[in-house]
Amino acid sequence: MEDEQSFSDICGGRLALQRRCYSPSCLEFCLSCPRITLRSLTAVTCTVWLAAYGLFTLCENSMILSAAIFITLLGLLGYLHFVKIDHETLLIIDSLGIQMTSSYASGKESTTFIEMGEVKDVVINEAIYMQKVIYYLCILLKDPVEPHGISQVVPLFQ
Amino acid sequence: MVLKAFFPTCCASADSGLLVGRWVPEQSSAVVLAVVHFPFIPIQVKELLAQVQQASQVGVTVLGTWCHRRQEPEESLGHFLEGLGAIFSHKPWFQLCRERGSKSWSCKATHWQGPTSHAASGEDQVMLIFYDQRKVLLSQLHPPAVLPDRQAGDTTASAGGLAAVFDTVARSEALFQSDRFDEGPVRLSHWQSEGVEASILVELAKWAAGPVCLLLACLLSLVSAASACRVFKLWPLSFIWSKLSTCEQLRHRLEQLTLIFSTRKAKNPAQLMRKANMLVSVLLDVALGLMLLSWLHRKDLIGQLADALIPVADHVAEELQHLLQWLMGAPAGLKMNRALDQVLGRFFLYHIHLWISYIHLMSPFIERILWHVGLSACLGLTVALSILSDIIALLTFHIYCFYVYGARLYCLKIHGLSSLWRLFRGKKWNVLRQRVDSCSYDLDQLFIGTLLFTILVFLLPTTALYYLVFTLLRLLVVTVQGLIHLLVDLINSLPLYSLGLRLCRPYRLAAGVKFRVLEHETGRPLRLLMQINPLPYSRVVHTYRLPTCGCHPKHSWGSLCRKLFFGELIYPWRQRGDKQD
Repeated sequence: MEDEQSFSDICGGRLALQRRCYSPSCLEFCLSCPRITLRSLTAVTCTVWLAAYGLFTLCENSMILSAAIFITLLGLLGYLHFVKIDHETLLIIDSLGIQMTSSYASGKESTTFIEMGEVKDVVINEAIYMQKVIYYLCILLKDPVEPHGISQVVPLFQ
Repeated sequence: MVLKAFFPTCCASADSGLLVGRWVPEQSSAVVLAVVHFPFIPIQVKELLAQVQQASQVGVTVLGTWCHRRQEPEESLGHFLEGLGAIFSHKPWFQLCRERGSKSWSCKATHWQGPTSHAASGEDQVMLIFYDQRKVLLSQLHPPAVLPDRQAGDTTASAGGLAAVFDTVARSEALFQSDRFDEGPVRLSHWQSEGVEASILVELAKWAAGPVCLLLACLLSLVSAASACRVFKLWPLSFIWSKLSTCEQLRHRLEQLTLIFSTRKAKNPAQLMRKANMLVSVLLDVALGLMLLSWLHRKDLIGQLADALIPVADHVAEELQHLLQWLMGAPAGLKMNRALDQVLGRFFLYHIHLWISYIHLMSPFIERILWHVGLSACLGLTVALSILSDIIALLTFHIYCFYVYGARLYCLKIHGLSSLWRLFRGKKWNVLRQRVDSCSYDLDQLFIGTLLFTILVFLLPTTALYYLVFTLLRLLVVTVQGLIHLLVDLINSLPLYSLGLRLCRPYRLAAGVKFRVLEHETGRPLRLLMQINPLPYSRVVHTYRLPTCGCHPKHSWGSLCRKLFFGELIYPWRQRGDKQD
């Protein structure tokens, strides 16, 4: 069964949370992030090209313009492939583990799987970001050497 | 708790039979390794399993039944299957069933209470996890944080559930040796049942590797014995050998080759990867060196280089002379002490004159030497680069000498100044207590001390300027040498075989697994597909990088600045095993 709710993130963008239950032992949460807007893309491209044109009028070298186009293309590709997350999925399987998948805007998927034996606890942590306090969910992992210690704090949903 | 059944994808289309595998009670999971088909004799199945258990130390047992039919199983078959449960007793007994041509699976796990009551009691929920047997067999798990004191041996019992699965499949190779063309008593179905995979080239290479390794190992031991003989340990030679980076590089390569061609087999996968990485690195090095050699010979660059070398050395010496003339005048508007200036300047000019005569003396032999040096490129590009670095060091030896003179003078001056400054204030350095104490001096001591202090202070700018100029030149040369060494280190330490493996066979190096939920119908068991999550490139490089000579500067920026200020000599290249200054 599916369940969809909408929220907003700390910058005001719209987020959509989808909850799916495959079976009593398997749950999936899917969080979709706000998409890249045409307005921001045009703004960035215009600034870069205007700056390049300004440099061109100073230096009279046409390589600057082609370099600017190249840089814009590469920058956009890099941003879509490495930075912009399209949606994130959290799959919880009973007695097996927790799997977090991030899919980027270019289609790349990066997955991390944490076995149930390594999970110590799931907590809500507070952090101070700029002028406000934000809450984020994270998983505490067990330390293999010290049974009561914590080796890593893994935040979910970047 | 939910029971997990790991089922190989290759057996999903096999005929009905018995499920054979390993049961891991700590994680309540069953790893199915193969399917035994009808008809079979139970005694022979048990014998086969005992053999496999002995060969691989994996507790292989019969786990349940597998049914692949057109429609729902008939009653008689149902009783037959349950009867099998009585012959091969195993808790819990799995009954997997699939309708031919459809995607619906059904799965039951039952616990038998005992022979007295045959009623199945306590059916548990089962989760089916499909895995690709060949990939899991060949892959190697890299856990995220490996502690240095943990051995490789104790990963089986205390490992997480998935490491146990990988381990089980990897160690059960004995079970996968028989295929369906064998005439044995028991018919098995697994990933190799269509025929054992092998390649003629690989088999030939394995067969030929033995004698070849033996021969090469003998040759290499001869070479290393020759290089370790007593003649080379005498003082001047051993000093020169330790300073030249070429010798260090050659020694490193010799060690690597000895390791590759040693006749001992690799004990664990990490050592095997290291050997493979070294071999690929050596081969690439030699290939690049041969390319360089052919390029040099095609354009006859060696002759041109030899012709251009003497004028370049002359030009450098001339530039240095101009620099010294400038320093002897009024450099940058500063007023120098005339006498000291002239002395230092003439001393350095004479040194340059000696150097130029030496270069001119060597000029007829330059081309021959360069030709032989170029030939050494066929030993590898790294050797050629090391020789280049050594040639630069030799050609700029006079800059090094000037730097040492300037630094020693400046250091003496600074020490004298600091001691006399203490006298000026009425203090003294106490060697016993390692601290500054007050001291009452006599009048004549104070008088001479103050006089000397004033002299040294006024001579300071001259010495400091010479020191600054020569230190900058020396740092320039050191930077160029450093870049060359960096390149050599890069070629030496990059694990190319591992990177190639990650590119072409990403399932071999696994950082973990990932799961995908397959089509799900209510009432049917949950089905997941387990795929291998390959290691990211940065971790591949970090895990498998080869150890290099380790000639990195050992001091931080702060201590470097401190040494420069006090005039202590900087030795950027500390070879392995040298004492720190």
